[in-house]
Amino acid sequence: MTFKRNVDRLPIPPKDAKRFNVTCQFCIVGCGYHAYTWDVNDQGGTAPGNNAFGADLSKQQDPETVNWFAPSMYNVVKQGGKDVHLVIKPDHECVVNSGLGSVRGARMAEESFSEVTGSQAQRLTEPLVWRYGGLYPTSWDDALALVAAVTQRVAAEQGDDGVIVSAFDHGGAGGGYENTWATGKLYFQSMKVKNIRIHNRPAYNSEVHATRDMGVGELNNCYEDAELADTIFAVGTNALETQTNYFLNHWIPNLRGTSLDKKKQQLPDETHAAGRIVIVDPRRTVTVNACEMEAGKDNVLHLAINSGTDLALFNALVAYIADKGWVDKDFIAASTSGFDDMLAANKTSLEDAAKITGLTVEQIQTAASWIAEPKDGKRRRTMFAYEKGLIWGNDNYRTNGALANLALATGNVGRPGGGCVRMGGHQEGYVRPDYPGGRPAVYVDQLLISGKGGVHHIWACDNYKTTLNALEFKRVYKKRTDMVKDAMSNVPYGDRAAMVDAIMGAIKQGGLFVVDVDIVPTQIGQAAHVMLPAATAGEMNLTSMNGERRLRLTERYMDPPGQAKPDCLIVAGLAQALEKAWRDAGKNDVADQFKGYDWKTEEDAFMDGYHQHAGGGEFVTYERLRAMGTNGVQEPATDFKDGQLVGTKRLYADGKFGTKDGKAIFMSTQWRGLQAEGKQQEKDKFPYLINNGRANQVWQSAYLDQQNDFVMGRWPLPFIEMNPDDMAALSLGAGDLVEVFNDNGSTQAMVYPTPTAKPKETFMLFAYPTGPVGNVVSKGVNELIIPNYKQTWGNIRKIADAPEVTKGLSFKSQEYRTS
Amino acid sequence: MSKKCDRLVDLGRRQFLRGTSLAAAAGVATAVAPRQSQAAEPLARLTYPKNKLANVKDLKVDEPLDVTYPDADSPGVLLKLGKAVEGGAGPDGDIVAFSTLCPHKGFPLAYVAADKSLNCPGHYSRFDCERGGQEIWGQATQNLAQFKLRVDDKGDIYAEAVDELIYGRLSNVLPA
Repeated sequence: MTFKRNVDRLPIPPKDAKRFNVTCQFCIVGCGYHAYTWDVNDQGGTAPGNNAFGADLSKQQDPETVNWFAPSMYNVVKQGGKDVHLVIKPDHECVVNSGLGSVRGARMAEESFSEVTGSQAQRLTEPLVWRYGGLYPTSWDDALALVAAVTQRVAAEQGDDGVIVSAFDHGGAGGGYENTWATGKLYFQSMKVKNIRIHNRPAYNSEVHATRDMGVGELNNCYEDAELADTIFAVGTNALETQTNYFLNHWIPNLRGTSLDKKKQQLPDETHAAGRIVIVDPRRTVTVNACEMEAGKDNVLHLAINSGTDLALFNALVAYIADKGWVDKDFIAASTSGFDDMLAANKTSLEDAAKITGLTVEQIQTAASWIAEPKDGKRRRTMFAYEKGLIWGNDNYRTNGALANLALATGNVGRPGGGCVRMGGHQEGYVRPDYPGGRPAVYVDQLLISGKGGVHHIWACDNYKTTLNALEFKRVYKKRTDMVKDAMSNVPYGDRAAMVDAIMGAIKQGGLFVVDVDIVPTQIGQAAHVMLPAATAGEMNLTSMNGERRLRLTERYMDPPGQAKPDCLIVAGLAQALEKAWRDAGKNDVADQFKGYDWKTEEDAFMDGYHQHAGGGEFVTYERLRAMGTNGVQEPATDFKDGQLVGTKRLYADGKFGTKDGKAIFMSTQWRGLQAEGKQQEKDKFPYLINNGRANQVWQSAYLDQQNDFVMGRWPLPFIEMNPDDMAALSLGAGDLVEVFNDNGSTQAMVYPTPTAKPKETFMLFAYPTGPVGNVVSKGVNELIIPNYKQTWGNIRKIADAPEVTKGLSFKSQEYRTS
Repeated sequence: MSKKCDRLVDLGRRQFLRGTSLAAAAGVATAVAPRQSQAAEPLARLTYPKNKLANVKDLKVDEPLDVTYPDADSPGVLLKLGKAVEGGAGPDGDIVAFSTLCPHKGFPLAYVAADKSLNCPGHYSRFDCERGGQEIWGQATQNLAQFKLRVDDKGDIYAEAVDELIYGRLSNVLPA
């Protein structure tokens, strides 16, 4: 049965409704929104003078109207302790999204905590501790004192290496500059924690080490460059589903030809045509389909390579483009080093690349021509964009470097219509003291599996859903944390000294004590001994930057649930508790390291962190950001002039890169097959590629969506896209429940018939609560501990006929069609 | 087709000339005269008009009939699917009606008979007419508003309610 809200009218925001700046809390794109709030007992009217939009709402509004909001954009929440109506609707004046709302962001209001409508009733509202065989409420002081006491004892006995941390490092919900600074200050400055990992990977490392080593930061262009490019070269990014409004508002106009006027105006000395696109992806995605519908098939080149062979393709493209004399010689001479060595080291013939990638020589030649063949004697402008297909793909470091080689060789960094950029997942919001660990960083999951560490602090991470080798991780983690739970159950909770002794005794036996800070009870939270309730975006003031480094302030428009607090203020409380714990232990010198957390608000943390430590941060304050609205300022800020923050449209526009001599460095990146340990054997042993990634409707690990009827009504179980012939071979029907299994573990999914799927190449939804694909992903990583989720092979068998929850689902093709 | 429908289709043509086709939206059969909606009284739920949309004998399988409901400014489509579906009306249980304003941005949806779906040229959303307007894929945060139908013993088809908020109005029934 298809979910319907049966809402047939909504309250009208009155003329005096309050309005707040909001940046979407979900993906990297960071669409601009406004939140409207007004007293629950007030309402506006349909007459133009009686509502916040100044419009006649007694009439049907036009398409793309600013005067309408969907039921998903509405809720009733608390503000200053009182019930208020809340509307969060896309901002038409924001240059990022121009009023577009994605299927994720346009549900922000509905996914807010409400005691009136019951939405997100799962939210944590008070600190919880393990006692009497369950997690029960306690005070902040009590919970933090317990965490601090155990942490202090572990650090005293094992050093800071006994403290293991999982923490966000990004922007948006569960992150932001305020909160990354606070956690960074605690673990890297007050403590020297090396054993820390990030939400989606088992170590503390960049996902794009290579491009950084070459002097090319990964977010170096602006979204407008996608409108100006002659060609977009997209690698492992399904942008329509995962950076939706960047794609719809900036890529599509180029492919449709509606950005031609902008091209002529900004770049008058060359010829222009509607944009073309090359998409490197083993799978046909809805992005490929949309590009074909808009640009025509002749202007879309889908390179459906063999999984994990991107590197061979890029090396061949560089070699061929150099052979043809299409490289940017002046740029290479002025702004780079190592070109000739790179060319010699990486030389790959078209024939060899065709054999490895499964493409034809002609396809690679066409791609090269679209990238770099001069247009009327002028350099062709190509934008290179990549995301998880490359980042979570085979041989991350070299492949990333090879793509940056291609962009640099063709002079496409720092210039209009260019860029070599990751598309991004979350927004960014990183400002921290230096990580005290080395390179490669510690493989933290393996450390936990091997019994190391005594206490685990988790900040908005759910390893159970978003790690590799997840089944083994869960098995060991449950065992270690149960040891501590059992020990805690043996002493009365109120006897703190006995309790801490009992916990430490279990830790000595291999147990692990866990404190989990989150907004909802996560799956890894089932193992926790203390849970601390955090606030999310909009419940606190929060700053982040998007994929074109656009920094905005989301203003606080509602109260956090119950006693929940911003992460930065939880850090402050924990630091103060640790200071006391060390002082009580007679270690005043250590205790003194936990000073400097006397923040009263998130703004205090912002000023302590971003304002003092981020590049250009000295110009930025909350007040100035508030005035810049949903368009904010592109980092780094360079000035504050005439009441406006001044930013940076593109990085490296002066041809100077992030190296000592300012020259970008070409990298030697030879093809070496499937790089991660065990992947080739896995491929040889199991028949099905278990490719995996995101779906349009779902944000991240569905931590909010799991309580949203609209999303769960569409995806009650994770889908696995399968070719109908493969389904026939396994006697599978649409919606049947299958087990996906290999030597790493097993998981479950629901079959989605997909005629465009290549035989034996499946695609499964990533990080879903009702069937994490991470269970079957091997522990094999690259030399810098980057996981390789995409190249996973396994077997598939039927568990059951289509379960009841799948009965009302549509299993039709997801590709838009006109006939 | 109502005046409003024509205007919407024109808008679609202007904005989506390249690479998309609105032929299906434009190429429709008989227009049906709209009925006036009744003034809403302050009741717990809206009072919907009970409007006759067509007679079962006017319908052929997969030939969409343009309708409006609850008033002339709210375009929709009446469909005979040829196979009984949940919520389907009529002797064969296969008659359904939906709003054709995409709940994402209000662009006009076009019926594709080949897989009985309604498709939006604006941002590629798709809705399954055999599954109560379920969004197969897309940007709308709701499934498609369906007009609830009743067929009387003469075969006259009446629309009597709507199960989601229609795009572009904060009340499904506008003041008279």
